[in-house]
Amino acid sequence: MTLKDVQDILEAEVLVGRDQLQKPVKTAFAADLMSDVLAFAKPDSLLLTGLTNPQVVRTADILDITAIIMVRGKKPSEETVKLAEELKIPILSTRYILFETSGRLHAKGITGCIEKVGGEI
Amino acid sequence: MRESQKFEKSFDVQGGSFQNAGNVSGQIKSILKEMGVSTDIVRRVAIICYESEINIVSYAKKGTITLVVTDEAVKIETKDEGPGIPDIELAMKEGYSTATAAVREMGFGAGMGLANMKKYSDHLIITSEVGIGTCVTMIVMDFSKILHPDLPPLTL
Ligand SMILES: Nc1ncnc2c1ncn2[C@@H]1O[C@H](COP(=O)(O)OP(=O)(O)O)[C@@H](O)[C@H]1O
Ligand SMILES: [Mg+2]
Repeated sequence: MTLKDVQDILEAEVLVGRDQLQKPVKTAFAADLMSDVLAFAKPDSLLLTGLTNPQVVRTADILDITAIIMVRGKKPSEETVKLAEELKIPILSTRYILFETSGRLHAKGITGCIEKVGGEI
Repeated sequence: MRESQKFEKSFDVQGGSFQNAGNVSGQIKSILKEMGVSTDIVRRVAIICYESEINIVSYAKKGTITLVVTDEAVKIETKDEGPGIPDIELAMKEGYSTATAAVREMGFGAGMGLANMKKYSDHLIITSEVGIGTCVTMIVMDFSKILHPDLPPLTL
């Protein structure tokens, strides 16, 4: 699956990274706590979140996240867009709630970047 | 024995404002990538560095982050001028946090930063003096280089 497929499934608006829609996607992580993202997310995953501030982009950059999906119709601040453009991290915005966003992607074959915590890092 | 190479660089971090929070960690990540440090090590250092930077921004007046790279390890050393940590053992507990609402709005302040720093480093040493500041030293070992000393050295 590519980021373009993700855009179609979520009827999402691409706010940053229109030139990166051919990127492949297999896994995702969803959280509003950036420390949780830092603790558990894996590289080359999607980050689904309801947060819109620049720290989401920083966190995505630190972890080599493929793209940020802002749920519940959330739109990034101007600062966030600027930073994402600078760091070349795509941002998509979908009107689906987090549960629906996750469910729709999972149904199409996107899996969690980890299934549950405990055991391996 | 092969002569060990060393790279060292310090960065200033301004406390109190999230304006540039993560900037230093981003720079450090780029430097390590350019040096050809392995992806896994770059990632671990980037995470511990970012959590440290967020703590300086969240709690201290100002601080510095120093990156030291040798053939076998990467060291991140932070020093800040700030309130210090009265009970380090308590602060290390997952979920313990004194973060303000402003910090929480940014997605931090869940009390997992120090736990993440411990999880992703091989050594973590915290020293702190209340009313003066906090120092954190973290080491990420590159075991591949230790176990296979014949691998080509880092190009600096
Ligand atoms: N550099 C620091 N200066 C002063 N206090 C700190 C510093 N770093 C951490 N702390 C204290 O330790 C607590 C736990 O830190 P941490 O694990 O990073 O979680 P969080 O930042 O989410 O609260 C903080 O809430 C704060 O009280
Ligand atoms: Mg913290």
